[in-house]
Amino acid sequence: MSLDFKPARGDFFKDETFRDDFTFKNSPAAIRRFPFPFDRDEYMYSVNMEPHVSTRPGSVFEHTFDVDEHYVAEMIDRAKVLAEDPLRCQSLPHMTLAGWDLLELIMESNAREYPQWFSLTKNGNQWHWINRPLGIDQKFTFLDESTLPYGPMEYITRQTQGDFSLQDERDGSLWMDAGMITTQADWSLDFDVGMNFMEWHAPVPLAHEKMVFDRALKFLLKLQQGSPVRRFNWTMTVNPLLDTAPETYPKWGPTKTSLTQENLGHKQHLRVELQALFRLPRSNAIAFSIRAYLGKFEELVTVPKWGRRLHRVIRDIHPDIAAYKGFWRNQPAMVEWLAKYDDGAPTSPGVWPDA
Amino acid sequence: MSGGAKLEVTVAEVVEVNALIKRFRFVSRDGAALPAFSGGSHIVVEMDDHGVRRLNPYSLMSDPADTSGYEISVRRDDAGRGGSVFMHSHVTPGMRLTISHPLNFFALDTRAKKHLMIAGGIGITPFLSQIKQLGHFGGRFELHYATRNRDVAAYATGLKSAHGDRVNLYYDDEGQVVPLAEVLTRQPIGTHLYVCGPKGMLNWVRKTAAAAGWPAQSVHFEEFLAPGTGLVFSAQLARSGKTVTVGTHQSLLEAMEAAGVDAPYLCRGGACGQCETNVIRCDGTLLHRDVWLSPAEQAEGAKIMPCVSRFEGKTLVLDR
Repeated sequence: MSLDFKPARGDFFKDETFRDDFTFKNSPAAIRRFPFPFDRDEYMYSVNMEPHVSTRPGSVFEHTFDVDEHYVAEMIDRAKVLAEDPLRCQSLPHMTLAGWDLLELIMESNAREYPQWFSLTKNGNQWHWINRPLGIDQKFTFLDESTLPYGPMEYITRQTQGDFSLQDERDGSLWMDAGMITTQADWSLDFDVGMNFMEWHAPVPLAHEKMVFDRALKFLLKLQQGSPVRRFNWTMTVNPLLDTAPETYPKWGPTKTSLTQENLGHKQHLRVELQALFRLPRSNAIAFSIRAYLGKFEELVTVPKWGRRLHRVIRDIHPDIAAYKGFWRNQPAMVEWLAKYDDGAPTSPGVWPDA
Repeated sequence: MSGGAKLEVTVAEVVEVNALIKRFRFVSRDGAALPAFSGGSHIVVEMDDHGVRRLNPYSLMSDPADTSGYEISVRRDDAGRGGSVFMHSHVTPGMRLTISHPLNFFALDTRAKKHLMIAGGIGITPFLSQIKQLGHFGGRFELHYATRNRDVAAYATGLKSAHGDRVNLYYDDEGQVVPLAEVLTRQPIGTHLYVCGPKGMLNWVRKTAAAAGWPAQSVHFEEFLAPGTGLVFSAQLARSGKTVTVGTHQSLLEAMEAAGVDAPYLCRGGACGQCETNVIRCDGTLLHRDVWLSPAEQAEGAKIMPCVSRFEGKTLVLDR
């Protein structure tokens, strides 16, 4: 496969893979800033929505779109996924304007927040975009699709870590009418595209608590320009595989049976999704970004607080949640491995490592 | 802070459009571009009317792609609560105002094959921005715009000269009426219908469209409710431990704000649902005036929308 960009990694961006030989790993600095999702020693669903504002310099919350050491490698992985299955990126015809909104949001945010890597200069609708890590230098006309090599959403999300869905608002609901989905926790854009909010959430268990989604939808319909929000979600992934799609389940599903006490710390990953929601200006659509962070168990336990807490959370989790997140089978093995890192000492409140 | 992120603007221009309507142009105070928006959006303008805080929603009428400024048109309502009169008599170029980010509860359905627009009076304003948006992306539209007479037909001449046959004008005092039934029958499949105007017009258009077999999802309407006046009443706010007295020309939301309670809101017109408040005790009658709660919810009486709804009776206790 040939790439249509020429990466310039420099000292910061890593040369690594999320497939085949799986050379992905986190640097010590990346481990320290890992978005560990558990703020206490047990886990239950909660409405963990908060304003998406810049907090805690150096953390994943500092920037509108976090760009980290895995950026270039993730973009190469995305290009490979798309080359094998172009349907991972789809945009229904009425969503082009929302794609331009997303392109503008990402380009403006990244050029402002990472001037060393990205630059955007505008002369009216004549725009000039430079992406140094990927070696891209593009002059184009804003709102004129013919001047870009892809549609606007595809163009910018081939250069942005994390999955994106664009949701049209109409008839009192949100409709998943466009998306770039290549780093997903076992769901399919090709299946969900065109569905409304209630339809695409239909498979989530504990559906008897349907009011959860009614409330979430009411909240999202009121999402305003200039006031984005974020939340976390998490699951478990064997091997540092960004692309765990239903379409390729036969390839990666069986790897869940490959864990041993010897390889578990290296192969088992906590997968954390930082999800952010933005109201888009021109289209009134909502952009939903789903940024996946992978942390190996052996990396996470280098922070003693996290080792203790992860053991307690996984040991005591509700079995329905373990089943829904797809690690019910491996839960006993995870608990056995993690027990070595839990001396029973109390843990401090909050998610961050002790200083 | 309730009401979301704010924009600090300066009034750049005030233009008398006709005897009833003035147009205001706002630019950002720091010279930066204002956010782009979608056609049909409105902003909430915050006014300090000699100590009385007023927050009124107005549709944006300028080009959504023009980020150098926002324009609204305000029709003076001498019998209203005072917001439009304040805008007309006190807002002048150079004045500083705070406005909300644009919000859209009247967006175009971008899947539509054609957009059929029915405007009454000042209800023309959201269509002005929508028509400009369609101009950029080539969408088809047909506008029917009715006003009391030629003198108050704001922007009619400009629309007609720019768009010709796609714009149809009607003047009440010349006995002209939108031939709605006929207009509705000759639309291509995939047309969406939009109506903005007085309540009577909204009801007429929606009823006629329903009778002609138009699906409800293809009919869009925008209704801003002024809070309306009523008898003085008081409400106890259980969480804040305060009791507020709501004046005749004040809304319950405004009374809460005046008492220093940071109550949530967005549209302040009974449409968006943001200010929904649980009723803990009600010994009396809730006067629901919103379009957010379902008739069943209104009848149940467990919730109230304090931006427009009122109360008559002995005791009202709210979870706020």
